[in-house]
Amino acid sequence: MKHVKTINPATLKDTVKKGGCGECQTSCQSACKTSCTVGNQSCENNN
Amino acid sequence: MIHQYKNNGLNIVIDVNSGAIHVVDDIVYDVIEIYEENDRDTIISKLENKYVNEEIIEVLDEIQELIDAKQLFTADEYEPLIKAFNQRQPVVKALCLHIAHDCNLGCMYCFAEEGEYHGRRALMSLEVGMKAIDFVIKNSGSRKNIEIDFFGGEPLMNFDVVKEIVRYGREQEKIHNKLFRFTITTNGVLLDDEIKDFINKEMNNVVLSIDGRKEVNDKMRPTRNKKGSYDLIIDKFIDLAESRNQDKYYVRGTFTHHNTDFSEDVLHLAELGFKQISVEPVVAEDNEDYALKISDLPKLYEEYDKLALEMIKRHGTENDFNFFHYMVDLKQGPCVYKRLSGCGSGTEYLAVTPWGDLYPCHQFVGIDEYLMGNVDDGITRDDIKEEFMGCSVYTKEKCKNCWAKFYCSGGCVANSYKFKGDLNETYDLGCDLQKKRIECAIMIKSSLSQI
Repeated sequence: MKHVKTINPATLKDTVKKGGCGECQTSCQSACKTSCTVGNQSCENNN
Repeated sequence: MIHQYKNNGLNIVIDVNSGAIHVVDDIVYDVIEIYEENDRDTIISKLENKYVNEEIIEVLDEIQELIDAKQLFTADEYEPLIKAFNQRQPVVKALCLHIAHDCNLGCMYCFAEEGEYHGRRALMSLEVGMKAIDFVIKNSGSRKNIEIDFFGGEPLMNFDVVKEIVRYGREQEKIHNKLFRFTITTNGVLLDDEIKDFINKEMNNVVLSIDGRKEVNDKMRPTRNKKGSYDLIIDKFIDLAESRNQDKYYVRGTFTHHNTDFSEDVLHLAELGFKQISVEPVVAEDNEDYALKISDLPKLYEEYDKLALEMIKRHGTENDFNFFHYMVDLKQGPCVYKRLSGCGSGTEYLAVTPWGDLYPCHQFVGIDEYLMGNVDDGITRDDIKEEFMGCSVYTKEKCKNCWAKFYCSGGCVANSYKFKGDLNETYDLGCDLQKKRIECAIMIKSSLSQI
């Protein structure tokens, strides 16, 4: 495309299929303890 | 839903419901702004004084291409999913163990009120700690990874018990096919080589509390006899970070109204060689002199921008560092279920007091109406669990139409309760800062991808 550079393709909908396993980290344990930042975590489902 | 903004010379467009992120030129940016309310001809006539027609048409075609690829103006189809997801039987997979309701510092902003959580001073016994391990094993279903955070007060004031709980956990994880990930949060005052070696052997993560510059740290983090704590801890923190190869730890600070120039504190920590840094806004009642105010926001936004630019400048050099709130995993981030349901407090994540009571999270400890049970009897208040499980971005009116909902997942419920008395409300100042951080985090990724 001439006018658009896509930094990240649409990925959210794809996660519906394999998501919800719950093996990911609990967000508050990492560092914050006062502010919820779920979006900075990583998925741990490698299947 | 679209969120578009300009930062560091980039025009950034987020398609909220798909998670797609685009960097666009000025024409696309202007067209997207009016795209939904206008037809093709109207868009051309509205912009023909600014751009040539052929270019506008070209842009309209590219936008249509993105729409067809489901990367722009996508619909929110997730609300039914969360209802189904909430029908599940949740498991407990993380505990915050309040190993000591006591502290050797008297930090002004501590939500535990100098470690005591509105209650009495107490240390967790090994017996309670072992029961907590048994409780989480019993309630974690088939989940393998279990997180245990040693929290306080100051956990090093009860470190012998920490060691014994870890030993017991290691023994039990083999029997029950679990993997415990231990973390510890400490102010560092009692840190010594023996403790350091134990932490490095057993702790998946360690959070080292320090606010940044000496004068900033010492104003808010005094000892009990009102002296500064910086000189007591700084060399030990530098040593610990090095001994962990600058990984799997955070130096974690709090900024307040007294240091709205907090980027200087982040950079101070970076200058000392720390590579994993988290400096976060204080959460405080309005009547506290150190509480952040709405009028601080322009300065705080400026500071976040300044920090983001500095990180881009340092990227890939020996002076680079990681800032916790600018971490965003665009490609392999959490699934939509996780993003919708939030931090897991009250369901997957519970806090355990020194005497074994269970609360939805560390910030609810000491609030009687949220006492959920104890390590002997388990959860006796299923209604509290259900109240937390029912919370999602779709039950919070302000979140439903917010572009940031899939990044913050509705924010911290403890903050909502603290400021509005309602889990389904929002802590507005926190939301404003959160949104700015997400914009900066995405701008950093976008800028680095242009290089």
